[in-house]
Amino acid sequence: MEGSSSNKFSLRRLTGSVTSRFGVTALLALAVLAPFLVQNDYYIQLCTEILIASLLAISLNFLIGYTGLVSLGHAVYLGVGAYAFALLTKNVYPSMWAGLIAAGASCAILAWFMGVFCVRLAGLYFAMLTLAFSQVVYTVAYYWRDVTGGDDGMLGIPKPEIGIPGAFSISLESFTNFYYFVLFIVAALIFLAWKIANSPFGRVLQAIRENPERVEFIGLPVHRYKLYAFIIAGTLGGFAGGLYSTFQGYISPDLLYWTQSGEIVLMTILGGMYSFLGPAFGAGMLLFIRDTVLNFMEYWRIVVGGILVLLVLFLPGGILGFFEGWASRSSIGGNDGDDARS
Amino acid sequence: MELDVSFWLTQFLNGLANAMVLFLIASGLTILLGVLGVLNLAHGSFYMLGAFLIFSSSIIKNPSWFWVGLLLAPLVVAGFGTIIEAFCLRPLYGRERLYTLLLTYGFTLILDDLVLLIWGRDYKSVPIPALFEGRLTIGDFSYPVYFLFIIAVGPLLGVFLWFILNRTNFGKLIRAAATDSEMLDALGVNVNRVFTGVFALGAWLASLGGILAAPMRSVEPGMGVEIIIESFIVVIIGGMGSYLGAFVGAVLIGMLKAFGIEILENFAMIFIYALVLPILILRPRGLFGETTI
Repeated sequence: MEGSSSNKFSLRRLTGSVTSRFGVTALLALAVLAPFLVQNDYYIQLCTEILIASLLAISLNFLIGYTGLVSLGHAVYLGVGAYAFALLTKNVYPSMWAGLIAAGASCAILAWFMGVFCVRLAGLYFAMLTLAFSQVVYTVAYYWRDVTGGDDGMLGIPKPEIGIPGAFSISLESFTNFYYFVLFIVAALIFLAWKIANSPFGRVLQAIRENPERVEFIGLPVHRYKLYAFIIAGTLGGFAGGLYSTFQGYISPDLLYWTQSGEIVLMTILGGMYSFLGPAFGAGMLLFIRDTVLNFMEYWRIVVGGILVLLVLFLPGGILGFFEGWASRSSIGGNDGDDARS
Repeated sequence: MELDVSFWLTQFLNGLANAMVLFLIASGLTILLGVLGVLNLAHGSFYMLGAFLIFSSSIIKNPSWFWVGLLLAPLVVAGFGTIIEAFCLRPLYGRERLYTLLLTYGFTLILDDLVLLIWGRDYKSVPIPALFEGRLTIGDFSYPVYFLFIIAVGPLLGVFLWFILNRTNFGKLIRAAATDSEMLDALGVNVNRVFTGVFALGAWLASLGGILAAPMRSVEPGMGVEIIIESFIVVIIGGMGSYLGAFVGAVLIGMLKAFGIEILENFAMIFIYALVLPILILRPRGLFGETTI
């Protein structure tokens, strides 16, 4: 946003220790073994939800962490992706792949349309316009009863089996099967996001975050790059929405409400927006805390809100950002002073 | 025909009453944006706190409950705002704006649950204060007195605010801080104290809005996150930091909602967005916005 001078986090942090090869391998191993470790349908479902939320938060971080655009309307992709999946699989053709493609494609088109207008603005105005767009979609979903079911939402969204017709098929009705399916999709998409983030294109985005004027002077079309980032974020978010739709089997316009967008921003910052996997970490934290708190009282917001306030005040780099900074400081011996802030 | 005229007049007055409540919230929000550069997501929570505090004061069966609440509740909320600003927002001014957004979002979550904890989940209704009970009848037309009271209070508070901003020393400092807070600081003014004062003023106004709205709406947890969206829209239309803009924006939204419901039931909000999106796209600084944030 405005005060880019405060971005004291080094870009190196994006490829920091936790996202190193060892860290990623360990994380992936943990994710693969998770169903055996928890041995409990309830927790397998929680892990599935965390995976989907991770994809959502990482997709938003393309805008916040990489491009420096704070979107307050990211829930629009969660919702539109979810509705696209539900409408296609329920009304047209019950296929998992077709549903997911519909979710991603519809969000890509929507993001393209919204992005054309949004990327011309910066800072709070960008945040406001994304918020306004998402609220429009919320209002439409809420009142267009014939298609979306209004505030009753849509029930009975299927989990179509996958496989080659005639040859073999895998049912996704079991929690474990579905978990692995989500893990496969999410891991593939996060890997794709990682490739994009570390491509020359991703570097340009970071340069735009640090200093858009300078990028403009170099001769790069800043608006167009921002638009691409907007579309990538939206498309990935749409896939997360599609997965969420089939995961829950039930969707409602609440998915599109602005507080949902706030929650995704929260996940991103909680984990650390200047770290690639930080948002995923934040998603896991938020859902885990909510779940834990809900076990003994219904007031999870007060706990999460309190943690958020403390985090903003004392750990502005996010939790993973803090640990990465700490790890790089202790291993290299505080080489560059860039990390002093965290 | 006679009936038709009174119907539209009723809609017009309803719209105006809602607009005045909206104006109280949006004016604080826009001043906060103009002076502090903070998009306060917790502003709706201050509105909610005001409404719940007046509910608590309505339980006291003394006829003066409304006036005691009207006087004390906004002071309590303003004090609360002072604490939030001084201890939590102040350390963040040097950093990216994003952090103030997150902090106020955190307080939205906390206050939502705090209200649930204290007052419980069920809807509350606040009675109309005894002085304003009943309806005013002129010929065939009759209208609730309390709504007329709100319609009168709005402009009065508007003038009061205008007076504070334009005719007092504090107002001069606020305007100076909006233009260039660093310069003001260099001139030896305690800018932090100005900021705290502005935040407290905003919280005071928002809770006042909640108090006035309480008897005509249901008081419930979550009312804050709903009103904040409409207030943002008012601020966007009027222009961030523009006080006149907040008034015009509030009246526009109030009218659009009141008449939009008649034209297309349920889709009144669509009219509002149909107004807001072009404004944001074509005139991001709003109708009256001049200050650069």
